[in-house]
Amino acid sequence: MGKNENSTCSHCDMQEVAPLPSEIIEFIEDCLKGERPESQLIAVLHKVQLHYGYLPRPILDDVAQRLQVPTSVVSGVASFYHFFRLTPKGKYTISVCMGTACFVKGADKILEAIESQLGIEIGETTGDGFFTLEQSRCLGVCALAPVMTINGKVYSRVTPTQIPEILNKLREESIAE
Amino acid sequence: MGNIYDQFLHLRDQQIQEITEQNKGAHCVIHIGSATCENAAGAERVRKEFEKLIRASGRDDILIKQTGCTGRCAREPIVGVFVSGQIPFKYEKVDVEKVQQIFHDHVLGGELVPSLILDKKTSMIYSHVVVFCGNNFVASDTNWPEVFEEILAECEIPSNSIKVYEADHMGFSPEVSDCKTARMMIMPGNITYAFTYRDELKKIVQSHILGGQTLSDMQIELDPMTKSYLSVYGDVSFFNKQTRLTLRHSGIIDPEDLADYLLHQGYESLAKALDGPSAQDVIDQVLASGLRGRGGGGYPTGQKWKNAITGNDDPIRYVICNADEGDPGAFMDRSALEGDPFSVIEGMTIGSYAIGATKGFIYIRAEYPLAIERCRIAIEKAKEAGLLGENILGSGHSFDIEIRLGAGAFVCGEETALLKSIEGERGQPILRPPYPTASGLWGHPTVINNVETWANIPVILLYGPEFFSCIGTEASKGTKVFALAGKVRNTGLVEVPMGTTLRDIVYDIGGGIPGGHALKAVQTGGPSGGFIHEKDLDLPVDYESLSAIGSIMGSGGMIVLDETDCMVSTAQFFLEFTQSESCGKCVPCREGTLRMLEILKRITSGNGVPEDLDKLERLGNLIKKTSLCGLGQSAPNPILSVLKNFREEFLVHIEEKRCPSHRCTQLIRYRIDPDKCTGCTLCARRCPVTCISGSPRNPHLIDQDKCVRCGECFNVCKFDAVTKI
Repeated sequence: MGKNENSTCSHCDMQEVAPLPSEIIEFIEDCLKGERPESQLIAVLHKVQLHYGYLPRPILDDVAQRLQVPTSVVSGVASFYHFFRLTPKGKYTISVCMGTACFVKGADKILEAIESQLGIEIGETTGDGFFTLEQSRCLGVCALAPVMTINGKVYSRVTPTQIPEILNKLREESIAE
Repeated sequence: MGNIYDQFLHLRDQQIQEITEQNKGAHCVIHIGSATCENAAGAERVRKEFEKLIRASGRDDILIKQTGCTGRCAREPIVGVFVSGQIPFKYEKVDVEKVQQIFHDHVLGGELVPSLILDKKTSMIYSHVVVFCGNNFVASDTNWPEVFEEILAECEIPSNSIKVYEADHMGFSPEVSDCKTARMMIMPGNITYAFTYRDELKKIVQSHILGGQTLSDMQIELDPMTKSYLSVYGDVSFFNKQTRLTLRHSGIIDPEDLADYLLHQGYESLAKALDGPSAQDVIDQVLASGLRGRGGGGYPTGQKWKNAITGNDDPIRYVICNADEGDPGAFMDRSALEGDPFSVIEGMTIGSYAIGATKGFIYIRAEYPLAIERCRIAIEKAKEAGLLGENILGSGHSFDIEIRLGAGAFVCGEETALLKSIEGERGQPILRPPYPTASGLWGHPTVINNVETWANIPVILLYGPEFFSCIGTEASKGTKVFALAGKVRNTGLVEVPMGTTLRDIVYDIGGGIPGGHALKAVQTGGPSGGFIHEKDLDLPVDYESLSAIGSIMGSGGMIVLDETDCMVSTAQFFLEFTQSESCGKCVPCREGTLRMLEILKRITSGNGVPEDLDKLERLGNLIKKTSLCGLGQSAPNPILSVLKNFREEFLVHIEEKRCPSHRCTQLIRYRIDPDKCTGCTLCARRCPVTCISGSPRNPHLIDQDKCVRCGECFNVCKFDAVTKI
C-alpha cells in the first residue's frame, strides 16, 4: 500500500478519505459474531459503496483487517463485480439502459451521442467531475425505451438530439447553485 | 386435516380479520400499481394525488391499495377503480391531471371516463360484462359467445349494453378436467355459472341478466385464485388470454401485506405440506407434477430435490432462490418478487421441509432495490406470524431465509458461481459434477431453483400435481412467464401454458407489430438463446422444440424484432454482453468470445471477408463444447442461430458491405441532396455533434469524419433532402 495510508487514495491521488463510519464497523462486528463472517464481504462492500459512492482503496484495506480476510481477496472481489466502482463518481451519474429492448430502439445511438458530447467512455468521469457515464442492464421499463437515468431520475424515450440540451441544462443548474 | 392445519386456520382468521373489516365498509378501493416499472412511469405521483384528493374529500370509505406490476408495461401507470357492487374499471397511462378526472367523475360521481380506459375496449358503461371460458377446456365445438349474442337478440336485449369476452382458462380447481360444461362469469357480482346446453344459457340470460335473479342451481364456485384474477382482469383481453399460475397474485394483492396473501389462499400449501404424511410425499407431488426448472435449464425440480436427499446423511442442507436475473431483456423475476414475494418464500419453505433444510438464501441482484425491499418485508412479516423461523406452525420444522445481494455479474446466475458469490468470493464457476445437490454451499447438499420455479410450488400443492400436469405439453408441464419486449404493441409480462405458439404470444396477446412493419424474428433466451425465424412462429413453445431450432427457453426473455432490425448487429449486441460478462476462468470462453466479437465487429464495420462465416461457426461450436460453465457453453448461440436462420444477412454485410436494415452505423452514410436542401438549418441545429455546415438558404454539407450517424438529420429534415446510403 501507499505511504499515505488512510488519507490518500492511491487510485485518485489527492482525494482525502474519511474513516469508515461507525455503522459499517458495527455491521462488520455483528458479522464476526455470526457464522461464516467472510461470506458477508460483498454485503460490507455494498455498504461501503453506498457511503462513499465508490470503494476507496484505503477503506478496502481497513475492511480486510476488520473482517479478517486477506486484502488480496477483498481486492479480488471488489474488482470482479461490475457493480463496484474503484474510482469516485461525478456529480451526475448518467446510466444508459443497454437492455435488449432499449438496444433495439436505439440505445446505442444515445450512448454514442453522450460519449461524443462529453468526450468520455463508459465507466469514465469527465475531467470537471460533473458527469460519470455508465451503462445498465435492463431497468425493466422496456415500454419506455430507450431509457436512461441521471442520478436515479428516469428519462424515457430519449433521442440523441435531446442529449446536448439535457446535459447543458444540468451543467447550468449545477453552476447556478 | 390435523393440528398443524387447524393452527394455520386459526392464524389466518386472526390475520385477515382487520383487512376484511376494512373492505366491508369501503365504497371504493383504488388499486395503484407499485413496482419499479410503474414507478418509473409515474405511479408514485399518481398515488400521492389520489391520497390528497381523498383527504380533501373527507371520505373514509375510499381506500387505496398498492398492487404489484400487472405486467402491462406499455400502459403504465395503471389504476383500477373498484366501486363495490359495480364492474371494476382499469385506467391506463394515468397522470396527475387524469387522477383529478378519474376521482371526480368516477370515484365520487359514478361516471366512467371512457377515453382513459385500459385498452380503450370500452366506451360506455355496460350493464353487464360476460366472460366465457375459452373452448380449450370444453369438449363441444359450440361457439358460446355467438350463441349468447343470438339469445340476446331473441330476448330483445341490446347487445351493446353487454360486453362479451373470451378468457382462455377459467377455474383452476381439479374439476377443470370436467370438459363437458362450459363456464361463464357475469359481472358485476362475479357470478360464475356452468352450463351444457343452449337452453341453460338462455335461462341464465333470462333470469340473471333480464330478471336480476341469481340462478343458484347452475351457479358454480370458482377457486379463489381464478375468481380473484378474473374479477379484476377478466375484461382485458391481454390478461384473459393468459394462464396465470406464477403471476396469479401479481397486480391483485398488496405485495407487502401478509393478510392479503392469506386471503388469496396464501400459505395453505405450506400448511398442507407440513400436515401431510411426510416430506417424501411433498417431493413425490412435485415429481408427479412434471415441473421443470424455469431458470432455463429445464431440469425436473422434483428430481433435483430427490437428489439432495439421496446418498447423503448430511444434517446441514440449504435451499437457494436464484433471483440473479441478468438477461438484459428480462424482468420476470423482478416483477414476480415485487408483485408477490410471499409465493416465493412459501415455495422455499415447502422446499426446505421437503429436503430437510433449515436455512435458505435469496440471491438477488443489487440492481433491484424494490424487489429486495419487498422480500425483506415479506420475510419479516412471515417470521412475525410464525410462518417462517423456529417451529413453523408447531410442526417442529424450522427454517430461516437470508437475503444476499449480487453485485452485477451475469455469470452468478450460473449455480456454482452463485454459490461462490454467497460464500463471499469472486463469482467464478467450478466444474460439475459434483452438482450442488451433492456438494453445494460450503460443501453441503443444496437445492437451487429460480424465482419462477419456487413460485410454482404452492400452486402444485394447493391444486394437486394432476391439475398442474394437465396444463402444458407432454414433456413440459405448467406455464411459462415471458418478458415480451421489443417491436411489439403490448410489451409486458405474459404467462402462457407451455406449448402455446410464438404466433399466439406475439399476435394474440402481444397485439402484433406496431408501425405497419413485418415481423422478422423472435429472440428467446437472451444472450444464451437464439433467433427464431418468422417461418417457425407456429412452433409450440417448450424446452425441446425451442432447442431443436437453435434457441432455448431460457429464463423467459422474449424480444420481437421487425424488418428494421439487423440480425448481425443484434447478435453482436448479445455477444458483447457475454464477452464482457465472461468471468475469465476458462480459455474457450475468455478468448473465444473475444475472437468471435472481433470477427463480428469486422463484419459490421465493412471489413468482413467470406471466410469469416466459417471461422465464426467453427469457433462457436468449439466454445460450446469446451467451456467450463453454462455462460460459455451458450454464448455462441445467438451468432450460430443467425448463421443458421439469417445467413443471407451476413452475406450482404460481407459481400456488398451494406446493412439492409441500416442499423450498422459504420455501414451507413448520410448525405444531403443539394437539389432538395433548402438551407433551413434545422439539421445543423439538431446535429448532436455539430458536423453539418452551411449558411442559411444554401445547401448544407455533412462532415463524414465527424458524423456519428445518429440519423437525427434524417429524421428532422422536412424536405427529404437527407438520404441514407
